[in-house]
Amino acid sequence: MKQTKSLRSNLGRVRGLGSAGHGTEHWWLLRVTSFILIPLSLYVIGNFFVSVIGGGYSDAILWLRSPFSATLVILFLGVAFHHAANGLQVVIEDYIHCEGLKLITLVIIKFLCAALAILGTLATVKVLFGV
Amino acid sequence: MTSQSASNKTRPLSPHLQVYKPQISSAMSIFHRITGVGLSLGLPVFVTWLVVLAAGPNLYIKFADLFQTAFGQILLFGWTWAFFYHFCCGIRHLLWDAGYFLDIKGMRISGWTALTVSSLLTAVIWMKTYGYIP
Repeated sequence: MKQTKSLRSNLGRVRGLGSAGHGTEHWWLLRVTSFILIPLSLYVIGNFFVSVIGGGYSDAILWLRSPFSATLVILFLGVAFHHAANGLQVVIEDYIHCEGLKLITLVIIKFLCAALAILGTLATVKVLFGV
Repeated sequence: MTSQSASNKTRPLSPHLQVYKPQISSAMSIFHRITGVGLSLGLPVFVTWLVVLAAGPNLYIKFADLFQTAFGQILLFGWTWAFFYHFCCGIRHLLWDAGYFLDIKGMRISGWTALTVSSLLTAVIWMKTYGYIP
């Protein structure tokens, strides 16, 4: 009978993180966020576009003030910035090879994505509850 | 260990851009990356729109007027095309992940389809914007 023995440790096999130790989370989340963004970005960016090409202030506020739109906008901010951060991370890792600069750039980009998502969320909540 | 000494930087690489003819595969791939980065630069503009809406009509009008300038319209057009292109190519990537269009012929068909559909969508949106179609 043929016996094959893997060199992989039992712990390594159970963890399932692969030879680089990262697993598949980045890859999977990029796909999931892409899929969600198909309808979500069409709706949110569509309304944004209609507003900036000449829709008025009151129309835009009316649209944003509904709980439905506000929820979708906040969801969009979270998902889109996560998708952008993930994609930009891949680009940065491809082109910047100096470890220090790569790390700093990655941290700054991810921080900016988080900060902008929070800023957008706060603005949406402000429109929803008052102004 | 991982420090970049001068000898690391001057090691020769095998040529790629100098020798390969641009094809539908490589061209679409790099444009997917370029439009992705471009759209990332557009996301802060979207956030600015939200902030400006929350700030009141005076600031909003100043913001909206920026997009009525020639430069603003060019930017908007670029972002629209980048959006539709990245959107269609993204779907193409998801189809690849699901196992479809992975052969050479499928790659060409899906590639030209994505390029055509995204260009058409951009053209339709902008013709509608300028009133050429109702």
